[in-house]
Amino acid sequence: MGDFTMPSLGADMESGKVTHWLVKPGDEVKRGDIVAVVQTEKSEIEVEIFEDGTVEELVVAEGSQVPVGAVLAHIATRGPAKAPGERRSVPPVAREPATGHEVRAASRHVQGATSHGPLVESPIVRHLAERLGVSLESLSGSGLGGVVTRADVERAANTSAARAGQLGSRRPASSPFARRLAGELGVDLAQVTGTGPGGSVIERDVRRAGLTAASEVRGTPEATSHDRQRAMQRAVGALMARSKREVPHYYLRETIDLSTSAAWLEQANLERPVEDRLVMAALLFSATARAVKRVPEVNGFYVDGSFVPSASVHLGIAISQRSGGLIAPAIHDADQLGLTELMRQMKELVIRAREGILRSSEMSDPTITVTNLGDRGVESVLGVIYPPQVALVGFGRESEQPWAANGVVDVRRCVVATLSGDHRVSDGIRGARFLREIDRLLQEPEKL
Amino acid sequence: MTSDEARALMRSVLHSIAPEADLDQVAEGETLQEALDLDSIDFLEFVTGLAKATGLEMPERDYPELSTVEGCIAYLTSH
Repeated sequence: MGDFTMPSLGADMESGKVTHWLVKPGDEVKRGDIVAVVQTEKSEIEVEIFEDGTVEELVVAEGSQVPVGAVLAHIATRGPAKAPGERRSVPPVAREPATGHEVRAASRHVQGATSHGPLVESPIVRHLAERLGVSLESLSGSGLGGVVTRADVERAANTSAARAGQLGSRRPASSPFARRLAGELGVDLAQVTGTGPGGSVIERDVRRAGLTAASEVRGTPEATSHDRQRAMQRAVGALMARSKREVPHYYLRETIDLSTSAAWLEQANLERPVEDRLVMAALLFSATARAVKRVPEVNGFYVDGSFVPSASVHLGIAISQRSGGLIAPAIHDADQLGLTELMRQMKELVIRAREGILRSSEMSDPTITVTNLGDRGVESVLGVIYPPQVALVGFGRESEQPWAANGVVDVRRCVVATLSGDHRVSDGIRGARFLREIDRLLQEPEKL
Repeated sequence: MTSDEARALMRSVLHSIAPEADLDQVAEGETLQEALDLDSIDFLEFVTGLAKATGLEMPERDYPELSTVEGCIAYLTSH
């Protein structure tokens, strides 16, 4: 039995409004399912659940505004109970202990734990189960002493695949939110081509279809959107005031020669179909995420008087919303992604952020944030750190600059990179090393 | 493609990227990026939308031409 609580979707969030339930009592839920839509001052967020189970009771009605940590629903769980005092690799941003909706990194960690659940024949079988998406906890082992064997796992995988097949024949795979949205917009899901994982229909596909079909904008009334904008400005302001009050910032800047990256990018894009083309921001973000490996002090959270480094790099991307707000959701494990995948996720995140609909995990766990001014920006930006994060990287507008090297001056394509660092955790020397590492990585774009 | 069709296509692609963007607000010679506040990802989505609708390849070297209303209409009607 677990409580599904109002998640903290950013350090500035104190309460949220449950605008839609996407499940009802009796529904089976799986880790990662989107179960509710919560509206904060900043955005509508699709809230994911982080354990498997059955919805027992919805405690809070649609339309209710409740504080962070309040119980929203009771979930009967099948998954392993978290051992008391177990340390998470990444602490959640939540002020309340998070239950039922751990940050994604944490749930991965729990999944890997071997001290709970049934005995398994070998690590290979455990690995197989993971690969086939079979929950070991739900299996009864047929081996000696109830040990789970390879055959048990394969049988379970076949059964669930068959079940998925039956579902698939009725309708294209789609997220609950996409289905709800399709209903609202009058879009027939069967007519929509999915661009999500495995061709599933995601919310964006539905929106596209809805726009094409009706070419009618489903906009919030002017007054509401104006109020939202003011509320958001206040929320951002409160967080930034806290940051400026509590975080002793230091600032560094370095002009980076992008000639090599720009030439590589031009060549790469020649060979890519238009939907796979890259923009410079993808290279800048990838270099930033990878540079963290050398200087881990910039990646993690400062909580309760001490720094907790994060093993994963969840790169927060500052995105301006068309309504005038600013939001910085995360690309998970950005250091592990190739440029094509990073670019794909960036595009998707920008679209969803602009439409004002993000997922809870994206909002709650960026470990470092980057802000990129882009073509229409200015030379450089010195940002304010998002607490409880400890660093913020800024990129200005790319421009041609006179560049002196080896006694000769020529013209290079450049960008000014800046670092706002938290002096409680790192210092100018470590910060400089981080910026120089970003520079170094951008001189070898083929390795990004 | 006629120039009216080209304008209609631009309008519908833009609408899916930036619903509030109004093509009529773009002055002659002004870039779409400046006039409609599109960043590099938005502009890439715009080109992607046009390329998908027309089957044209639209390499990066053609982006400058595609970034004004007149240039884009000329490009779409002549290709």
